[in-house]
Amino acid sequence: MRIEGKGQIDRAKPVSFSFDGRSYQGFKGDTVASALLANGVRLMGRSFKYHRPRGVLTAGSEEPNALIEVVGPANQTPNVRATVQEIFEGLVVRSQNRWPSLRFDLLSINDLASPFLSAGFYYKTFMWPRAFWERIYEPIIRRAAGLGSLSGKHDEGHYEKAFAFCDVLVVGAGPAGLMAALTAGRAGADVILCEEDRLLGGRLPYAEGQVDGKPAADWVAAAEAELRALPNVRIMTRTTVTGAYDGGVYSALERVGLHRSPRPDLPRECFWRITAAQVVLAAGALERPIAFPMNDRPGIMLASAAQTYLHKYGVVAGKRVVLFANNDGARAVARQLIAAGVTVAAILDSRSDASAIEDCPVYLGAEVTDTKGRLGLTAISGRHMAGAFEMDCDLLLVSGGWNPMVHLTCHMNGRPRWEASIAAFVPMADAVPNLRAAGACNGAFSSLDCLTEGAQSAQSALQALGRAPTEIAVPRAEGLPYTITPLWQVEGKGRAWLDFANDVTTKDVKLSAQEGFRSVEHMKRYTTQGMAPDQGKNSNVGALAVLADATGRGIAETGITTYRPPYVPTSIAAMGAGGRGAGFAPQRFMTSDQASRDRGAPMIEAGLWYRPSYFPKPGETTWRQSCDREIAYVRGAVGVCDVSTLGKIDIQGRDAGRFLDLVYTNTFSTLPVGRVRYGLMLREDGYVLDDGTSARLAEDHYLMTTTTAAAGLVMRHLDFVHQAHCADWDVRFISVTEAWAQFAVAGPKARALINSLLDAPLEGFPFMAAGSLRLGSTNARLFRISFSGEEGYEIAVPSRYGEALFRDLVARAETMGGGPYGMEALNVLRIEKGLITHAEIHGRVTAYDIGAEKMISAKKDCIGKRGAQRDGLHGAAREQMVGLKPVTIAEITSGAHLFDTAADLTRVNSLGYTTSVGYSPMFDRHIALGFLVNGRARIGDTVRLVDRLRGVDVLCEVCDPVFFDKAGERLRA
Amino acid sequence: MKLPCPLCGSRDRREFYYMGTEDYLTRAGEGASLDDLDNQLFLRDNPAGLTRDLWYHEQGCGAWMVVTRNTVSHAVLAAELVAGRNKGAKDAH
Amino acid sequence: MRYSGLKVITQGLLGNKGWGPAWRSPEPKAEYDAIIIGGGGHGLSTAYYLAKNHGLTNIAVLEKGYLGGGNIGRNTTIVRANYYMPGNSEFYSHSLKLWEGLEAELNYNVMHSQRGQLVLCHSDGQRDTLARRGNAMINQGDDAELWSRERVREEVPYLDFEQTRFPIYGGLMHRRGGTARHDAVAWGYARGADRRGVDLIQNCEVTGIDIENGVVRGVQTTRGPIRAKKVGMVVAGRSSQVAAMAGMRLPIESHVLQAFVTEGLKPIIDHVISFGMGHFYISQSDKGGLVFGGDIDFYSSYASRGNLPMVEHVMEAGMTLMPMIGRAKVLRSWGGIMDMTPDGSPIIDKTHIEGLFVDAGWNYGGFKAVPASGWCMAHLMATGESHDVAKRFRLDRFRTGEVMDEEGTGSQHNLH
Repeated sequence: MRIEGKGQIDRAKPVSFSFDGRSYQGFKGDTVASALLANGVRLMGRSFKYHRPRGVLTAGSEEPNALIEVVGPANQTPNVRATVQEIFEGLVVRSQNRWPSLRFDLLSINDLASPFLSAGFYYKTFMWPRAFWERIYEPIIRRAAGLGSLSGKHDEGHYEKAFAFCDVLVVGAGPAGLMAALTAGRAGADVILCEEDRLLGGRLPYAEGQVDGKPAADWVAAAEAELRALPNVRIMTRTTVTGAYDGGVYSALERVGLHRSPRPDLPRECFWRITAAQVVLAAGALERPIAFPMNDRPGIMLASAAQTYLHKYGVVAGKRVVLFANNDGARAVARQLIAAGVTVAAILDSRSDASAIEDCPVYLGAEVTDTKGRLGLTAISGRHMAGAFEMDCDLLLVSGGWNPMVHLTCHMNGRPRWEASIAAFVPMADAVPNLRAAGACNGAFSSLDCLTEGAQSAQSALQALGRAPTEIAVPRAEGLPYTITPLWQVEGKGRAWLDFANDVTTKDVKLSAQEGFRSVEHMKRYTTQGMAPDQGKNSNVGALAVLADATGRGIAETGITTYRPPYVPTSIAAMGAGGRGAGFAPQRFMTSDQASRDRGAPMIEAGLWYRPSYFPKPGETTWRQSCDREIAYVRGAVGVCDVSTLGKIDIQGRDAGRFLDLVYTNTFSTLPVGRVRYGLMLREDGYVLDDGTSARLAEDHYLMTTTTAAAGLVMRHLDFVHQAHCADWDVRFISVTEAWAQFAVAGPKARALINSLLDAPLEGFPFMAAGSLRLGSTNARLFRISFSGEEGYEIAVPSRYGEALFRDLVARAETMGGGPYGMEALNVLRIEKGLITHAEIHGRVTAYDIGAEKMISAKKDCIGKRGAQRDGLHGAAREQMVGLKPVTIAEITSGAHLFDTAADLTRVNSLGYTTSVGYSPMFDRHIALGFLVNGRARIGDTVRLVDRLRGVDVLCEVCDPVFFDKAGERLRA
Repeated sequence: MKLPCPLCGSRDRREFYYMGTEDYLTRAGEGASLDDLDNQLFLRDNPAGLTRDLWYHEQGCGAWMVVTRNTVSHAVLAAELVAGRNKGAKDAH
Repeated sequence: MRYSGLKVITQGLLGNKGWGPAWRSPEPKAEYDAIIIGGGGHGLSTAYYLAKNHGLTNIAVLEKGYLGGGNIGRNTTIVRANYYMPGNSEFYSHSLKLWEGLEAELNYNVMHSQRGQLVLCHSDGQRDTLARRGNAMINQGDDAELWSRERVREEVPYLDFEQTRFPIYGGLMHRRGGTARHDAVAWGYARGADRRGVDLIQNCEVTGIDIENGVVRGVQTTRGPIRAKKVGMVVAGRSSQVAAMAGMRLPIESHVLQAFVTEGLKPIIDHVISFGMGHFYISQSDKGGLVFGGDIDFYSSYASRGNLPMVEHVMEAGMTLMPMIGRAKVLRSWGGIMDMTPDGSPIIDKTHIEGLFVDAGWNYGGFKAVPASGWCMAHLMATGESHDVAKRFRLDRFRTGEVMDEEGTGSQHNLH
């Protein structure tokens, strides 16, 4: 029912939307809940466990009952609070967790079975027969549980994340927040004011009495106008601060596009990370219900919610209203309803000493003990000082007092303090560094107290910032003390709900205590109280009061469970904005990337890089054909491969050689200028960290290469070793991985290809030589190194010339019967030579394992030397690297395990495994590298290679990991 | 979460790499005992309270620093450069 | 009182008045044969198996807070046996077998659900590593299947197979992997231990360990001294502090691991699914919430709460892997305190003090280990010898280098 002249909605702008397939009309500014209530719809949801009919309890994000699905053109959003979702033209919503319909829900049979579904019943049953759990019981339970539904379709919505920084973050724009923002804003501080609602003012406009001599709403409007005019104040509405983190970082969720017809240029939500030097928490308080029998029917709502519906939306959710309260404040709601022309049939005040004077009947010492109405309230009954009563009503307003919203003050493990005078928990001071609670969230409930604390806390924040406080007068306002007599539960026959969303009643809490779950954490976990979508905002304090009573303890002693982020449920898409698709991780492209793609090469991920898998030619139908051909280039003519992804670290300084001696197992200080050496690096615990080559470009200048996988790791390691162990040495280094493009040119015709680039042919330049040269006007570097066993060169140019050089090298190679080769060919080429990558250096491998123990120089110390000497890192019990060749032609796989031929295939008999496998045209069969217990002593033996996952069972000969040309004649040619 | 890089000022935690306690700085080099190695790499006081641990400003200046921090409250009290900690001391090995 | 469906019905008809306490609340005695410090999952299962397997019933579990208040009550409830390092492999295999009979064993429905665990791979190299692991699982006598990309797509069509940064190459399905209701495991063991005579003493913090001439004599507590011939330290999250009472330094650094749960949703995710590029694992609870987590926050911490960088990373991983969960709303995040060891594997061993034993270092894999950890710790405490499947969980393996480094990341506690 609408009340004329009330509400901050735009009555000139009617809006149509649909709920459960039926069209309704509201006004711009309505929420789904307010518009449905205005249309006389009270039933909006079904409860989690008993599928009880439910209507709205609240008017905010804490709503436990009215959860709906928003159905968009492409996707649906479950568990949306009808009390928050604003309506817009064409909005489609539907109820959830019911079948076949909201009015007739088959699972409401659970309600009849409720005596058997008490707290924790499922721990005591469904155990027999055992196989029934997965097959029968659990599927039924899962289908019955849950609330709304995801569609299973990708969320294609647009979401954003943003950072913001400020001097003072004000959380909440009620009276305390507005005063705080005004105070800090006038002083010139950089202020962000976050408000969950679309409107500023909080509950102040609904308060009785005037503010600063004018209606409260006018004062709010003036304050907002002033704040909006201040350039140093940012106002963020529809933005909920959701978490407090270390270093003054706060998370906040902004509902950017959810309240309007989808617009492609607007994100649905934005997840903010706000860094604030000072914070004023002015989050307000939430009214709490009373656990009286059958207190969950549609038509029973919080008094403050009814007040909001009246003032903000011009809606009253019934024609005949009763108020049931234990405090003075709630009386204002009744008075305002009467003033708006609504029939208030009675005020039931649980206190026997309260005033009985109102413009409607007031009953003291009153309690509601039962309610009626299957799909909506029709009548209540109870007792009061004069005896029992029954009365018809369709809207029962409840107020059990107020709970300050202490949540953010608890996000860093702060515990709230029980304040008996207001029967509520209040924040501990300094629970979060640089955060001050003000107003209702601090237990100060009158308008005047809120305004005063808002101003004071901002003054304190300014002081902490080292700013001069401003003179600011706190406006005159209502300052009545808050009086309450706690009433947590009403005894009676029916069930009395504490946690509406999870269907936890006072009986459940008492049963929990009876069964020994007396700690508040045990009670929560046993009954699931507080674990529903409202996270106990409506039920925590009530439930622990009931628990305290059941266990004979006080509330303070009973304690409270921990509040944790987020304050309001936050979509994964918002917090993960930017992570969709390729956004998850950076993409690194080599300079040859386009040239490779132009040739149709499939690009595969290598860490963050993309590298060509192979370069298909017309007529080739499988990757193997391409791979075999590319291998033939290298073995028979010349191949070109972009190897720029290898890490390159430029190391300079008088002590550069000495430094390399420390980080490598072998010696680099003796390396002549113009030469390259292979080096092995250990972690300090003695295991292999990485391998690669380093070239000495000048007396005090080295260039280190790392594997692609370990480039960042090695850089970090070098920085650590340098800064931690030899900071005073004259050595500096920098990653130049992206500065240089580097290409391998390998094969019998490699030299000819290189020479074709040069003005004069190479002279000398033996294996492991390094030098600078000019390519036209460009500086280049040339290294004679090989990762294929063939004569090989790597030529490097500044990255901007990379693509041109790659195209040129490939074109020249093709005239010589060669061409580009990709990762697949590269892998086979290196397996044939027993050259390792991080498939072999997998972090559990020692120098001993890969047969490189002799590379640990006896003449000097190095990182990892002591660690490597431990007994566990060598010995025949360890798996050593070997080569493996199938005895017959058969496909083998990487990840297969190795067994003695006669052994059973059990774990204890597994003697090793394969790490790298490729088809070698040279041997016309697959070959593998792997690790085998005591492997070097077993060369020549036959072992059984078994991959039970892929049905491979092949006898293999154990051989040296270098499958051919062990002497290296070809690469020295 | 923020950390005070001695070179760059207060920076977001995202820019840093964490290694562990400052025990790693006491290197068990060649000839060290197994106890020394154990203490450098494995055994930890692991205090619930003040600790001194190693952070690397990986996406910043590349400095390693020793941060004095509370493991219970996450309060950060101080940060000093690893490289600057024993200025004037002789070679660490 | 024995639990059963019939009992639930008869009690329901009687107004549930007849349910007794799940366990007693005894006062501590002056002396016990053995004391377990720590009333979490591992401590309670140790007590249970000491009583059940070894007939030791004059024992107490001392818990400084409430039973099951540590990591057993704040994890992502995953149960699996998919390790490949010798030492881990047989241990978790044993644990999974215990899980498979746990409801009958405890007469408590811990809702162990073998929904299958799928680990995805995103490169040939990762697939080969998974294959190596899967083969090790089969060799151990457990189960594994290597799924192709097509097979993954058939079974889990809602993953992003088109746009994602790291394409899905396939996955390793472990059918017997799954989840369980975490709190119920603690309560089930607690009730079982209590029924066998074990004293479960809550709100009793150990403040000192009494040692004479290298032999343990008992403990000091906030409720007075208690003598004992044997003391087991089973206090993940506080291992270093308790060990320090015995003058020990452990190879453990404490880290925070965050986890998340969404609002309840109708069934949408059947399995436990793990992303291979960036830490992310997810399942759906019987209540309907998506339960998921990622990596530790990486800095040492006892705060049981984390920070946004890891929160966002986990959410981003979820969005790149399965964008259909985008509109699910995270209801709650929490943090547990993880005992991180330098090789990612745990410790169940004697100490240099006679009668003092340690069960610690579970990194962030402790939940699935609860049955076997208790089984093996009880064996060790009762017999003085390591159980066969836990004999590699030695305290001195870091000194000797005989580590079990499944991740291959080496002696840095936070990298496992």
